[in-house]
Amino acid sequence: MLDLRLYLAQRISAMVMVPLVLGHIAVMIYAIQGGLSTAEILSRTQGSVFWFLFYGIFVIAVSIHAAIGLRVVAHEWFRMSGFWLHALTWSVCLVLLFMGARAVSAVTML
Amino acid sequence: MEQVEQKLLEVTIRRGGPDESKDEVFRVPAQENQTILDVVSWIQQYSDPTLTYRFACRVGMCGSCAMMVNGEPRWTCRTHVKKVLDGDKVHIAPLRNLPVIKDLAVDMDPFFDKWVAAEGKHHPTQTRNDPIQQIDPESAERSEANAGIECINCSVCYAACDTVAGSPDYLGPAALQRAWTLFNDTKNENQQAILDAVSGTGGCHNCHSMGSCTHYCPNELNPLAAIAGLKRETASSFFKRRKNA
Repeated sequence: MLDLRLYLAQRISAMVMVPLVLGHIAVMIYAIQGGLSTAEILSRTQGSVFWFLFYGIFVIAVSIHAAIGLRVVAHEWFRMSGFWLHALTWSVCLVLLFMGARAVSAVTML
Repeated sequence: MEQVEQKLLEVTIRRGGPDESKDEVFRVPAQENQTILDVVSWIQQYSDPTLTYRFACRVGMCGSCAMMVNGEPRWTCRTHVKKVLDGDKVHIAPLRNLPVIKDLAVDMDPFFDKWVAAEGKHHPTQTRNDPIQQIDPESAERSEANAGIECINCSVCYAACDTVAGSPDYLGPAALQRAWTLFNDTKNENQQAILDAVSGTGGCHNCHSMGSCTHYCPNELNPLAAIAGLKRETASSFFKRRKNA
């Protein structure tokens, strides 16, 4: 149930995620030294264009990657196809995009 | 004269048609040297002549006799009983992922239809009136094409493939390997038609690279590498076409 375009979208979104995941983990390990509070996190992230772009791009990549991955699982395991498979793919993508965008905006916007 | 007791094998065969099937047990005399196909033939000749199965060459060339042996796809004419025996038992069933006609004979049409759908057919560059084209046997393309030409169409890889099981539209390893062989064949033209044929919803991009095809191929071919080659070429062709558009 993957054509060339979906395959490329999933591979490219994975390539985008790799450095972002490593960056996320590295910052977590670095920032958590000596404890971390919500106020500390927000003081660093709010108003930061860098963190907005960092997690904004991450959320877009995750939404694309996860939607295509779940599409394959739904087709191969539950035999979904046609309209309902498209509906599931787009629903997962849009829900993740909405939830992620909400979180990113809450943490990085003033 | 002293009677030597003949050792018997307990052979269970999945029998029936497309709608219903059941296991049937046969006792078959064990031999020092015997293949799974020998066992099936013995049952048909001496125990139950209604048993249906398919074979032709008996020497691993024609690709007709593949079956599931103890749950794994195998070419039965080259599978020695001793190698697969579980105690004194063996289970034989029709190939997975293909519709059963009767007993051990499956309908191979979907398998071959997918060869055609993957453009696994020759697209000649010349006519019979042209001089014979010289091919360098050492060239990279020829080596890549040579890697897949020993396929005997036995469908063992197709039966082994979990992606075919989950996604019946998937072209499968044999058809894709054929497409990759022709893609690398300099006597074959219109390579883009091959790339387009393997880029649809049932195309090479569905492969999860689990490698059962390569693991089970009785001729030790590597359809997994062929599919990886198609993925690489379709992706690079996609970006080149966009650049040139």
